[in-house]
Amino acid sequence: MSKSISFLNRIKLFFAEIGDMTFFAGRFFKEVFKKPYELKELLRQCYNMGNRSLLLVIVTGFIIGLVFTLQSRPTLTDFGAVSWMPSMISVSIVREIGPVIVALICAGRIGSGIGAELGSMKVTEQIDAMEVSGTNPFKYLVVTRIFAVTLMLPLLVIVGDAVALVGSAMVENMKGGVSYTLYFNKVFDTLSFSDILPATVKTIFFGFAIGLVGTYKGYNCAKGTVGVGDASNTAVVYTSMLLFIIDFIAVFVSDIFFEI
Amino acid sequence: MNNENKKLVLELKDIHKSFGNNHVLKGFSLKLYEGENLVIMGKSGSGKSVMVKCLVGLVQPDSGRIMINGQNIITMGQKELDFLRTEIGFLFQGSALYDSMTVRENLEFPLRRHKDKIENFEGTEAAVKQALESVGLLNTIDLMPDELSGGMQRRIALARALILKPKIIMYDEPTTGLDPITANEIIELMRNIQKKYNTSSLIITHDVDCARVISNRMILLVDGINYAEGTYEQLSNSSDPQIRAFFKN
Repeated sequence: MSKSISFLNRIKLFFAEIGDMTFFAGRFFKEVFKKPYELKELLRQCYNMGNRSLLLVIVTGFIIGLVFTLQSRPTLTDFGAVSWMPSMISVSIVREIGPVIVALICAGRIGSGIGAELGSMKVTEQIDAMEVSGTNPFKYLVVTRIFAVTLMLPLLVIVGDAVALVGSAMVENMKGGVSYTLYFNKVFDTLSFSDILPATVKTIFFGFAIGLVGTYKGYNCAKGTVGVGDASNTAVVYTSMLLFIIDFIAVFVSDIFFEI
Repeated sequence: MNNENKKLVLELKDIHKSFGNNHVLKGFSLKLYEGENLVIMGKSGSGKSVMVKCLVGLVQPDSGRIMINGQNIITMGQKELDFLRTEIGFLFQGSALYDSMTVRENLEFPLRRHKDKIENFEGTEAAVKQALESVGLLNTIDLMPDELSGGMQRRIALARALILKPKIIMYDEPTTGLDPITANEIIELMRNIQKKYNTSSLIITHDVDCARVISNRMILLVDGINYAEGTYEQLSNSSDPQIRAFFKN
């Protein structure tokens, strides 16, 4: 009996949190269009998030392109379809692997960072101090961060995709003697509007999800250092789960409009 | 201290605040007059910090009235409240300096939206330097908060609270966690600021020495109500054991 109550309570708390997060997102849309705009802080956040995640995205993207091509090569060779390699790799990376991997990296790098930063500001009363000084902390801390991740994630995904294709082209060049020009000609022949647009649009939602969950968890952090740790940790867990849900919805919707 | 002829700057009337089943404030009231140093003493967890957060709108009371300069802050819109907050300086218990900003940026922060509030404003740089000079820490202007000692952080936080030239300053445990020498320096600084700017101060503390040196009047907060009120001498000589317990060393 007590087990079932505890389980019911957890479900209740889960839905209560989803409700709170929806209100939090609603407040974001209410505040984002209101003056004063915190442009300087927005640019600072864009620079921090973009610049600090760039190397990680480049390294990861390059390795994924390299490994993915190396792993796929033997199977394609067995089927005599190795000439399809650039097409297969480019579609897989641009449509799915690039956006999801980069978003997961950013959920770990940016989402947990936002959760920990705002959480520690909350427990050390810095957010209260901001409010007392007549500045709207939601606008200054939350709106700028969500907006910055939403702007920067598509750019990071484009970089990640490009680097992954470079990695793949290097393997094809070394293993199969395919020139870089031929490889990229095949890539651009294969990729179409219906590959690039839905993939880019979904990264905007990915970015929004990372920013929303990170700021929500940090801004509503419980007191104490344990609270900060929880905020950072749960921000990554919730975001990762949310990214896959968004991805599923995005693929489903893309299939309706573009018949992928 | 006779306050009859003085202007009332802040009034709390019958404030109630609960967190779940925990009734923290049960009808607390106070009046703060112009130029007065009012000390609120109470045990840890007695609701002193909740009360002071109600005063600046960080916590919404369940019922009661909070009047600052004749305006009820409970019924006030966000814009009016933000403007009124520029009339109030707040020194947080843990200093609450923005740790990702330098001392200069910490002090510039309140000025971003409220430069127009300062008469004869000579520029952000001048205002920052003047505030830092008043706490004797001009040389720390380009340092980060984590490069400063606890006492220095408290003084910088005080400079930040002063930068908009507030008429009321609220101190939440200003000497807690500091060694006796640094605590005395902070108390001296608070007295100097009160003299220089003629501010009204509300000081939340359980430091008896701080209360003795700085208070014009004291209120003891016990069980969510104002249990006793008077000067330091009146309260410290009281025969009531609950009151005497506060003044035992």
